[in-house]
Amino acid sequence: MAETLIEIADIAKDYHRGKVAIPVLSEISLQIEKGDFLALMGPSGSGKTTLLNLIGGLDTPTSGSISIDGERIDKLTQGKLAAWRSRHVGFVFQFYNLLPVLTAEKNVELPLLLTNLNRKERKKRALAALAVVGLQDRASHRPTELSGGQEQRVAIARAIVSDPGLLVCDEPTGDLDRATADEILELLQLLNREYGKTIVMVTHDPKAADHANHCLYLDKGSLSGSQTA
Amino acid sequence: MKYLGLIWSALYRKPLRSFLTLASIFVAFLLFGLLQSVSVAFSEGVDFSGVDRLIIAPKYSIIDPLPENHAVAINAITGVELVSHRSWFGGVYQDTSQFFPRWPVPPESFLAMYPEYLLTDAEKAAFVQTRTGAIIGRPLAETYNLKLGDKIPLIGDIWPNKDNTVWEFDLVGIYDVANESVETDQMFINFEFFDEYRQWSQGTVGNIVAKINNPDDSAAIAAEIDRLFANSSDETKTTTEKAYNQMFAKQVGDIGLIMTGILSAVFFTILLLTGNTMAQAIRERIPELAILKTIGFSNVSVLMIVLCEALLIVLVGSLPGLMLAAGLLTKFSQSVSVFNGVELSGFIVAQGVGLAFLMALIVGLPPALRAMRLNIVDALGDHQ
Repeated sequence: MAETLIEIADIAKDYHRGKVAIPVLSEISLQIEKGDFLALMGPSGSGKTTLLNLIGGLDTPTSGSISIDGERIDKLTQGKLAAWRSRHVGFVFQFYNLLPVLTAEKNVELPLLLTNLNRKERKKRALAALAVVGLQDRASHRPTELSGGQEQRVAIARAIVSDPGLLVCDEPTGDLDRATADEILELLQLLNREYGKTIVMVTHDPKAADHANHCLYLDKGSLSGSQTA
Repeated sequence: MKYLGLIWSALYRKPLRSFLTLASIFVAFLLFGLLQSVSVAFSEGVDFSGVDRLIIAPKYSIIDPLPENHAVAINAITGVELVSHRSWFGGVYQDTSQFFPRWPVPPESFLAMYPEYLLTDAEKAAFVQTRTGAIIGRPLAETYNLKLGDKIPLIGDIWPNKDNTVWEFDLVGIYDVANESVETDQMFINFEFFDEYRQWSQGTVGNIVAKINNPDDSAAIAAEIDRLFANSSDETKTTTEKAYNQMFAKQVGDIGLIMTGILSAVFFTILLLTGNTMAQAIRERIPELAILKTIGFSNVSVLMIVLCEALLIVLVGSLPGLMLAAGLLTKFSQSVSVFNGVELSGFIVAQGVGLAFLMALIVGLPPALRAMRLNIVDALGDHQ
């Protein structure tokens, strides 16, 4: 039996507009196994990204608990949560969010600045991560000199460079054409299968979700169904 | 240190904006170096060390006259080698815009006192022997196309002559100077003619110059001279040439206050400009800062990165500004007498660097705090 990486127990998340609390997620409980590739789907406003943010430690639940690899991240302070993210989670976003003034290599190196690695070792690992995504020959290029697909590959290299166990991806193919999207999804599959990364991916695209092992559906802040590939 | 590349890259984000910001900081600190050095030089006490010429001026105002016979009494003081004097003529040549200093001086003692004015022996003799004689610097002669033997007419606005006519002087010498610090745009007139022909104040002079044998005695002799006339109706204030030149410049107003006023205005403007630029730069980078926090940079790290960016911009702009100020002051002190001895001291450099840090803190702290408090979800949500 596979080991559970993420355990979410009865979480709720409210946002506040003035004094009014707006519930976004309610009564969500789920477990995600280590090495799984999970797609979160649902209509806009269903709470997919909010749930992803909670799993990635970017936000904290209003109630309930989230344990990742046995650690209650909902109990961590902001500072400890930041340190935890740097060690355990890689993030991939729809719009890549690369720093435009840095080269691909320097963008990938960013998470390693938070480690004690020396400059030479950081460079070596950044180039290795770029090699994994097939962009070792684009290391000195700035984001403006790369295509959208290449930018997303750089973002993925940045997400994996510190070798986190968990990748959270928010619409990683939302800004790409079909062919490029498929390449990115195949890369994520590779990372999942060959490198053992656990991936949680939010997507609107059923074809993207087809690349995942499981698919969970959210509607109005609650889980409404699941599907296994 | 490992964040240096990240911090440095901020300068390249908007090259034109960075250049303009750096240029404005550069100019501000160039002005700071120049004006603060002048202000300090003008406010510090008189330094007699190594000085062999003293200026004896009226104690209360430089426009008061001194009796010419003060020079005789000063000449009798032990350690005084030579005495001369000079007076301010003022006057108008051609029109009021054609101004250059004109000084009635006793030619013989003046030439002995100031060997840095270079004349031929014939010109020296002519200046001594010609009652209406005058000498001018070569650049001045070239500017007005004057040559030996020319008449130089001057309207005596301060000192009308006894006939209420235009003064006329004969150009008998055109001097060069021994070094760059000697001013070349001056005219020296034979005092004897001036004194006899002016309408009033005969037997008085503007200030007296004393050359002393041993520079080590300068402070003591200065004190002795002032003591000598302490109970007279024409008290004196003896000082160095440098201090006198600065005192002369101070007639314009409180130099320190003027400099402080200018600097305050400059820095206030630069603070607004740089502060606005920093705030705008951070506003534009909200998603990037959110990404840094997403991948694990702590709030304090982000705060420090933004503060260091502000410090980097201010230092990159200010240090060359201070360096240029040091270079210009070195040049000015050699070529302009009022700047003689004015220099960018280590203390002023330290003040400048301190000011740069303070400026970085003021302009960097508000955006740094904003970056520190940035909510990742909100910032990324706005961007997605």
